[in-house]
Amino acid sequence: MLKTKARFEIDETTAQSAQLPGSKWLFVPGGIVAIAAWYLVYRQLASLTDWLAFSLFGLNKSTHLGSAVQFLLFETPKVMMLLVLVVFGVGMIRSFFTPQRTRAILAGKRESAGNIVAALLGVVTPFCSCSAVPLFIGFVTTGVPLGVTFSFLISAPMVNEVALVLLFGLFGWRIAAIYAGTGLLIAVIAGWVIGRLKMERFVEPWVYATELDNSEAVGQELDWSERIRFGREAVRDIVGKVWLYVIAGIAVGAGIHGYVPENFMASIMGKGAWWSVPLAVLIGVPMYSNAAGIIPIVQALLGKGAALGTVLAFMMSVIGLSLPETIILRKVLRLPLIAVFVGVVATGILIVGYVFNFIM
Amino acid sequence: MRNIIVYGPGCAKCKETERRVRHVIEASGVEATITKAVDFAEIAKAGVLATPAVGIDGIIKLSGRVPNEDEIKSWITER
Repeated sequence: MLKTKARFEIDETTAQSAQLPGSKWLFVPGGIVAIAAWYLVYRQLASLTDWLAFSLFGLNKSTHLGSAVQFLLFETPKVMMLLVLVVFGVGMIRSFFTPQRTRAILAGKRESAGNIVAALLGVVTPFCSCSAVPLFIGFVTTGVPLGVTFSFLISAPMVNEVALVLLFGLFGWRIAAIYAGTGLLIAVIAGWVIGRLKMERFVEPWVYATELDNSEAVGQELDWSERIRFGREAVRDIVGKVWLYVIAGIAVGAGIHGYVPENFMASIMGKGAWWSVPLAVLIGVPMYSNAAGIIPIVQALLGKGAALGTVLAFMMSVIGLSLPETIILRKVLRLPLIAVFVGVVATGILIVGYVFNFIM
Repeated sequence: MRNIIVYGPGCAKCKETERRVRHVIEASGVEATITKAVDFAEIAKAGVLATPAVGIDGIIKLSGRVPNEDEIKSWITER
């Protein structure tokens, strides 16, 4: 099909026609009220759940059961509220960064600076690993350097808002920041290394020969009611998909809150075991899960004495590298390039794991 | 006769997009051919960077998310 070369244009104006006239600026007061209400509830969560667990249910604060129930009652709404707020915000931000626009920004970029911009754009550009191949073709055929494209492809799945919210909500801002910073660093450096290695000959030749019917389509301006709709859809889509994992993660946390011996994992995955980092990466790479699915495991490992570097390495290799994605990429990349891609990223994750086990 | 192409390699969102397009077409009675483009080369060639995407009569109407049925309706009824 499509033998006749039809001219394709990206048309986003039609998507706007559904909006109501007059409601255009209502989102400003509405948004302020919503955020204020969110903040009030969030601030009161701790005392509310204390009251629920210890006064209403009459549980004793000092027992395992009491602290486990309080943990579950407090953490679940807290993390869900953070998730809804951030996913909504990121959904709106993403309406500014379509893949077309990201490509247009990256197309003129040189390496190094390009790798940094690509890794950062990977965080805010909407991306699903099932679109990795068309995106790859669309990028490299319009002049985005191969290494820069890889920086994008590495950071997009690894550093994402769901992972960051969950790490922030459950382990604090420092662990979330460490994860984001090192994830971006790996994306920048791994992409740069792949660029330096001049691996273009290991891209399937037909990729560069692909003639795009449409190479300069950049999305048209959306208005704010559209962006808010994007945010709402992101919440429905993402929170609807991950809420079960979030609750499972918190339940695991609550369950081990006192029931499993504190240093259960320390001997196998603690700092002392040098081989734990490569083992974590080896197990993590073929595994495939979204950020939310991995959180229960991370929660259990960290809570029971596994070293931070080892756990970060495990989490990064599960969501950053995955067997299904590499199999999909095989359609456009030859084996040596796939091997280099997995090897370079896995090495970066290993280094991060060791560095954090060493300094923390 | 409208020519509708749903671009998607077969992920859940792509299937949902195709299902909605077929549903709207059936309900509206508009005459249309619906084709599914699953080949990556073909998807990329059409200028699609993010799947699922929907093209109608040679114009990409949306890419990167599942359209709702009202959107699909507005595309097939406009001229």
